Amino acid sequence: MGSEHIVSSFDNDLAELNHMVARLGGLAEQQFAAAVEALETRNTSNIDAIVEADKQLDKLEFELNERAIEVIARRSPMAKDLRRIIVALRVAGNLERIGDYAKNIAKRSRVIIEHEKSLGDNVSIARIAGLTQQMINQVLDAYATGDAELAMDVWDRDMDVDQLHTSIFREVLEQIGADSERVSAGSQLLFVAKNIERIGDYATGIAEQIYFVKHGEFPSQTRPKADDSSSSAIDQS
Amino acid sequence: MGWPFTSANVLRKDGKMSSQEENIKIRTSGVTVHYGAAQALHGIDLDIRANEVTALIGPSGCGKSTFLRCINRMNDVIEDCHFGGKIEIDGEDIYSGEIDVVELRARVGMVFQKPNPFPKSIYDNVAYGPRIHGLASSKDELDHMVETSLRRAGLWQEVHDRLHTSGSGLSGGQQQRLCIARTIAVDPNVVLMDEPCSALDPIATAIIEELIEELRSQYTIVIVTHSMQQAARVSQRTAYFHLGHLVEHGDTDRIFTNPANKQTEAYISGKIG
Repeated sequence: MGSEHIVSSFDNDLAELNHMVARLGGLAEQQFAAAVEALETRNTSNIDAIVEADKQLDKLEFELNERAIEVIARRSPMAKDLRRIIVALRVAGNLERIGDYAKNIAKRSRVIIEHEKSLGDNVSIARIAGLTQQMINQVLDAYATGDAELAMDVWDRDMDVDQLHTSIFREVLEQIGADSERVSAGSQLLFVAKNIERIGDYATGIAEQIYFVKHGEFPSQTRPKADDSSSSAIDQS
Repeated sequence: MGWPFTSANVLRKDGKMSSQEENIKIRTSGVTVHYGAAQALHGIDLDIRANEVTALIGPSGCGKSTFLRCINRMNDVIEDCHFGGKIEIDGEDIYSGEIDVVELRARVGMVFQKPNPFPKSIYDNVAYGPRIHGLASSKDELDHMVETSLRRAGLWQEVHDRLHTSGSGLSGGQQQRLCIARTIAVDPNVVLMDEPCSALDPIATAIIEELIEELRSQYTIVIVTHSMQQAARVSQRTAYFHLGHLVEHGDTDRIFTNPANKQTEAYISGKIG
């Protein structure tokens, strides 16, 4: 992700920050996958471990922040070096939030699994989760290699996640409308879907940061948006 | 006599914006300098805006100090140094035969790397320029010029009760501010600074940098510095020189965050270019 500095230890500092982001990314990815698996397999045995493991993400993000501040203070980075460090901080923040959403999905999954058997089978949830996992995987690869084109490919796909979220929202809303006993689990599922959609947003945000590192500016196009869930309502007719 | 260089071209035949409209104080075009057979500058085209600080950066030997010295014709005194091209200040060609070089150097003042007060009192250091140029008509007026210059240079509070002691008894930072007071005492339009803080500690450097920011409302300042951080802190525009060529010139905010040229990026990032 850049040529060598005359002071080679500066390269080591930047490589260390990259490595910390990669570790954070791996943990966030793992947490999200475990949360989705718990819901899909209706297995609550791993949920406590997922909630507990979130602390590792928080700790690692804190360490990365401290390290990045040290590097800024000691190296006075300029231009692309400065962008790389600032973006490492921002990406770390996004990954930590992805971890928080994964933890929240795990907690809500427990309620869904315990209260409602069939809602957990929602095929669209599996699709939106699979799509979002691919986005995270790809955006982390793009970060590691500094590949802005690959990052923008992820950026483009956020619209698919938004569309799926809207359809899940309407689908679950209809189920709740048809059967009031499903309100408890159904509302939890709405939150799960929203969390996954937000994870997609964070992956998209990371993609924008990767573009910024390479080009020194953010993508000129408006981020594609197709989430109409905020204007959806139960049809009472 | 061409001074005070106020005849800015308002309308130009080529249709370009005039010096006045762009607020350009110094316009240089095709500037070349040879030291004997060695060419130090290769056709520099650089416009410098009024009341801004322009930082000239680049590795040693890139020509930035040579270029700076062209702006008040300091290179004239170097044997075998040959200037080519054109430099205009307020639209006036400073290399034309009509220019009085001594007066030019009063109007385009210079502050050097190492503080160089005259072996005279603080008062006489500052009064020297107004005296030789006959700028004061009375002792009171001269006193006023000395006080004003020392105040503008941020030194008055520290020296007002010992104006007749030797300038060389001041600290390095104070000596440099004394040199700045001496430079501005003759009411220049432009102040050139050649690494003015390289011999100073961080506190004295910060005081000079604060002073530069204050001075730019009244003067056009061009500073050569090897400190990227200093260039980023004090200047509005930055020009990067390499091997006698002007590689890139633009807003300081952009140069230090997203330079257009890879050579500039490598230099400011401390990379092997």
